[in-house]
Amino acid sequence: MNINTTKIISLLFFIFSAFYLYLAYQIQVFTFDEKAPFNAKTFPIYLGYAGLFFSGLKLILPDPNTIKVEHKNLEYKKTGILILIAIIYGATILKVGYFLTTSLFLFASYYFLGERRWILMFLLSFPFVAAFMYLLHGILDIYLRDPFLQSIGVMG
Amino acid sequence: MIEGILIGLTTALTLQNILMVMVGCFFGTIIGMLPGLGPMTAIALMIPITYGFEPATGLILMAGVYYGAVFGGSTSSILLNAPGVPGTVATSFDGYPMAQQGKAGKALAIAAWSSFAGGTLSAIYLLFMAPSLSKVSLSFRSPDYFALMILGLTAIAAFSSKGQFLKAMMMVVLGLMLASVGQDSLSDITRYTFNNMNLTDGISFVLVVMATFAMSEALTIILKRNDPTIAAKQVSLTELGSIKINKEERTKMYKTIPRSSVIGFLIGVLPGAGATIASFLAYGMERNVVSDEEKEKFGKGSVNGLSAPETANNAACSGSFVPMLTLGIPGSGTTAVMLGALLGFGVQPGPRLYMTNPEIFWSIIMSMYIGMVILLILNLPLIPYIARILAIPKNYLIPLILFFSVTGIYVMSFNNFDIYLMIGIAVVATFLRLYDFPMPPLILAFVLGGLMEENLRRSLLLSNGSWEFLWDRTLTACILATTILIVIWHIYKTFTKKN
Repeated sequence: MNINTTKIISLLFFIFSAFYLYLAYQIQVFTFDEKAPFNAKTFPIYLGYAGLFFSGLKLILPDPNTIKVEHKNLEYKKTGILILIAIIYGATILKVGYFLTTSLFLFASYYFLGERRWILMFLLSFPFVAAFMYLLHGILDIYLRDPFLQSIGVMG
Repeated sequence: MIEGILIGLTTALTLQNILMVMVGCFFGTIIGMLPGLGPMTAIALMIPITYGFEPATGLILMAGVYYGAVFGGSTSSILLNAPGVPGTVATSFDGYPMAQQGKAGKALAIAAWSSFAGGTLSAIYLLFMAPSLSKVSLSFRSPDYFALMILGLTAIAAFSSKGQFLKAMMMVVLGLMLASVGQDSLSDITRYTFNNMNLTDGISFVLVVMATFAMSEALTIILKRNDPTIAAKQVSLTELGSIKINKEERTKMYKTIPRSSVIGFLIGVLPGAGATIASFLAYGMERNVVSDEEKEKFGKGSVNGLSAPETANNAACSGSFVPMLTLGIPGSGTTAVMLGALLGFGVQPGPRLYMTNPEIFWSIIMSMYIGMVILLILNLPLIPYIARILAIPKNYLIPLILFFSVTGIYVMSFNNFDIYLMIGIAVVATFLRLYDFPMPPLILAFVLGGLMEENLRRSLLLSNGSWEFLWDRTLTACILATTILIVIWHIYKTFTKKN
């Protein structure tokens, strides 16, 4: 059996399915429901076995279309930074508010992707988010929590 | 019936109602383009406005919003690979690759024409078959629905690219596993929540679709930025915005549209099935009936692959009005919102609707057609401008895609957990995509997971735990036989190709 990344992913999926199946058996159902033909854990149990079956087949059967990824050509650093910025954005959006965090997220993302046209970067972050926010909050009446704008009196 | 049609035409063609369809289509298109805001939200936003009008006018406005939002959803699917609603997921399979080849205008034009044709044909089917089809739709029972979903999931896996069947089936199982998170629909017992309150209601569709499509696409573009095998194709703005469809492409559409509209309409008529299953099935069927040469183009920008789901999802939209208007049973979440509005107007839908309120029944059917025409007139001239979104440099486009994805989730839940979960799923999806694990089967399985469990539960409880329900009814047996045939055909084709 030729070991490649697809096989490793299949093995991981096999382990994941086994864990899912174990948790399925742990689901607590009502006493009167335990012997019922179908209860809250029946479907997850079938899914667990289906996961084991398909990933097991993928592991055992030969893989004629091996996918080779040239890792040296991939931009892991920039992608990682972008994910990190998105996580920080997610962590601050509730406390700081939609307008400021979204604008800063956009500005920082443009910068880390290599953009240096400062005026365009500004226009496509702060005024852009303000206009979008006006569309959602002002016109479509969709509530957007924003402690920052509330603190400076822009939002009621 | 002729009298009814005339009443409908008279009502639908008043200046006020034509204006309502136009306004509805316009706002629907804009709202539908925003991720997270699908037709259901768009219609819900319109309900307070419609109470100021006559029932027929209010419903005409909502029907316009519905069609507009479905078209708007297709636009974001094609341009950004960000389908905001399940019904337009299949559109992105070939629409997005086509847009990436610099044919965004053409892809949008094909989608617009296919939507128009699908909607027009289904309005004709609706006109003649609504009352009789409502009886057929009622004959579908839980085992049939369960079998239909198995067919849909197997078909999408079997029709995935060569050598990907097992990978696609693994993605189907993963999608169903994700759908099982949260409270069990009958007993309210929580599953796989790990005592986290944020998971009690399950994982939202928008979150999964944004993570696996839009966000992971954005991350993949950044990741493969320096890959020499992906040469950046420079396309002029004129080419990008061109909406010209050549003769060969038109011929392909002429064949695809009629068959996809029939599938879309029939699936749309079934309560609970809706545009998602319709579009996936139409895509799968189309891939099965085209030539081997065309089959290879599926997933890489095929005209048939784009036209089929677009036709089917619009046809299904019209089809979903059948159970709502004739039986009072909404065929989809969106028609459920419309049903609520209808009841708010004091109109009780059901078999007697077209006898007691013929002007409402027929004017909705007539305005659907008028809505289709107006949608086309409004959107075709705008396509060259909309398509230019793709001309935005990647340094700006990628953060904007991420911004739309996060906003789509944020406006729905207002919590950080969903954003972290979306980022987590997007990272896993990006990694899986690198190794050619297909995402569409995961999405379809995720959408169908809840319904599938519900129908299996009902079938097993009714048959007292016996699996005989799978072959007890002719209809169920036929659907399952089709599923088995598809799998056998796939295995046969794989072996003959190898030999």
